[in-house]
Amino acid sequence: MSDTGYNYRVVKGFAFSALFWLVIGLVVGLWIAFEMFYPALNLTPWLSFGRLRVVHTNGLGLGFGLAAIFATSYYMLQRLTRIPLPFPRLAQAHLYLFNTTIALAAVSLFAGMNTTKEYAELEWPLDISVVVFWVMFAINVFGILVKRKEQQMYISLWYIIAMTVAIAILYIVNNLEIPVTLFKSYSVYIGANDANVEWWYAHNVVGFIFTVPILAMFYYFLPKSSGLPIYSHRLSIVSFWALNFAYLWTGAHHLMLTPLPEWIQTVAIAFSIFLIAPSWGSVVNGYYTLQGNWEQIRSNYLIKFFIAGITFYGLQTIQGPLQGLRTLNAFFHYTDWVIGHVHMGTMGWVTMVISASFYYMIPRITNTELYSIKLANTHFWLILVGQFTWTITMWVSGIQQAAMWKATNPDGSLMYNFLDSIASLYPYYRLRFAAGVVYFIGILVFVWNLVMTVRQQPHQTEA
Amino acid sequence: MGISSKPVVFAVLAAVVIMLGTTVTVFIPLLTPSTQPVSRYIKPYTAVEQEGRDIYMREGCNNCHTQTVRPLRTEVLRYGEYSKPEEFAYDRPFLWGSRRIGPDLNRVGGKYPDSWHYTHLESPQGMFEKSNMPPYGWLAKNRLDTQYSLKKTSILGYGYSERDVQQQIEQYRSTVTDKNYASKESRDKVTPPELRNDLTEMDALIAYLQKLGRDVKKMEAAK
Repeated sequence: MSDTGYNYRVVKGFAFSALFWLVIGLVVGLWIAFEMFYPALNLTPWLSFGRLRVVHTNGLGLGFGLAAIFATSYYMLQRLTRIPLPFPRLAQAHLYLFNTTIALAAVSLFAGMNTTKEYAELEWPLDISVVVFWVMFAINVFGILVKRKEQQMYISLWYIIAMTVAIAILYIVNNLEIPVTLFKSYSVYIGANDANVEWWYAHNVVGFIFTVPILAMFYYFLPKSSGLPIYSHRLSIVSFWALNFAYLWTGAHHLMLTPLPEWIQTVAIAFSIFLIAPSWGSVVNGYYTLQGNWEQIRSNYLIKFFIAGITFYGLQTIQGPLQGLRTLNAFFHYTDWVIGHVHMGTMGWVTMVISASFYYMIPRITNTELYSIKLANTHFWLILVGQFTWTITMWVSGIQQAAMWKATNPDGSLMYNFLDSIASLYPYYRLRFAAGVVYFIGILVFVWNLVMTVRQQPHQTEA
Repeated sequence: MGISSKPVVFAVLAAVVIMLGTTVTVFIPLLTPSTQPVSRYIKPYTAVEQEGRDIYMREGCNNCHTQTVRPLRTEVLRYGEYSKPEEFAYDRPFLWGSRRIGPDLNRVGGKYPDSWHYTHLESPQGMFEKSNMPPYGWLAKNRLDTQYSLKKTSILGYGYSERDVQQQIEQYRSTVTDKNYASKESRDKVTPPELRNDLTEMDALIAYLQKLGRDVKKMEAAK
């Protein structure tokens, strides 16, 4: 505990919970990647691909992603308001409830208790638990903001507010369901409406978990790590409101050419294209912050993570809207291309920024120095190479599969049956698994580096 | 900007901004009946088909199989007529999926005999060497649990009485256990002897798969 009175215990608790769920989620990811070309690995019902895929997505999205967001939010909230958490015991209870919920989520998904709505697969008792811990978090967020000593709220705090509000709305609306038993429920929405609500949720839950709070970290930890102020405050204001406004209109680009009314799909395309502007507002703001100080990308190991991360965010936010265009979507949708797209965001942007934020934050909350900068550099290159090989492999695989689905003979009949397209993808699946292993080793180096950091003797004389 | 020193006002404003797109693209369609039209040709799932659908959900089949055929030439050639909104009038939740690791299933009903499904579910690789689908033979070793069938169909608003539900279950049981059942040989091969006179989870899953895209053909024929 530092003498400023800030509560770092809960920050540390969430940070190491994040690392724990990260490793678990990646092990499951490697397992299902192997199943894709070696189906004999579907050894038992609870190890079958259909059940494991949701353990992977929930473990990393809810487990790793949320825990990292809670850790960094509790840290940034205290630093940016210059007061300790108003309800430290509530925050501690939040940590315990969070980990209990994620553990039960994993067990229940292994057992097949699955509502099938993507990124909202948890059954209703766990939904309630998620809502409860979100409220616990929100009480500390608004409590500390109301009591704060710093008059102006910095950009990162806006993003934390937006996330807190948006996730509450999204999660509750999409998860309205009628219980049959403790372990089974049915959505209150029907057919096309259920699809529309779900993809409004799924698109925005990605936006408000894998974009908004990651931008909060980026806007806080990049200036802190580089010692340079954010290039333009005005640009960040415009980007913030434009992002919050436009994001919510775009869910239906996941439902292109389905029986959902066409106008909803078209509106989603228009707003998706618009979204490039606020997304790139943050990218430009990041790049220009380093204006005249680009040598830091060599001299400061943290800057590499942030700049690679924001670059992947920039690529992601161009690729996403383009995939939403009807003609391109007709080709790419339902193939591995989209899997590549998602993983560039998560393995590139999200994990890079969280990594650097943890490297900056954890030595400061434990009053030590980072165990090894050399290992941090090794970590960087392994996850960069792993991720890039992974995503490029999936893009190529996706293009090939899409082309095979569409190929016709001169007489107009289909050239390939579905099985031909699967059989031709196995080499890509093997390469993807190998890339995943490289990435996973990088993550193990990351975890090891942080574990060794906190095991060091803290400095005695620092404030 | 003044609001950056007023957290509560800021949060309210953020909520309002978030609700704009939400209202137009989600809530208004929800209140518009034409978003999810109904057709007298599309019937709800029977109790057994619904149990099969729940097994489909439990096993996460939706992670690899979509249930929407898009109005694209090659897609219609591959799977059949493109999907119509009326088909989903009883789907809670929807199961359109987002990735085709396996083929689309929206029009799979009636495409193959039950025997094909018993053999294929037992060992996909036995039928197609290069398939990467997990084997589901163990579904035939689980007796179908129907204790909540009535509760389920009444929550879903199918309008079945207790008698209807019992009849549907009994009717399907007698169909698949009949000695003249066309797929008897394949069913017996995957079903353990002690369950051959009962409904198994695999029976229900196949009943569901055979329902997919069946009713809509009548709707399309009537147009």
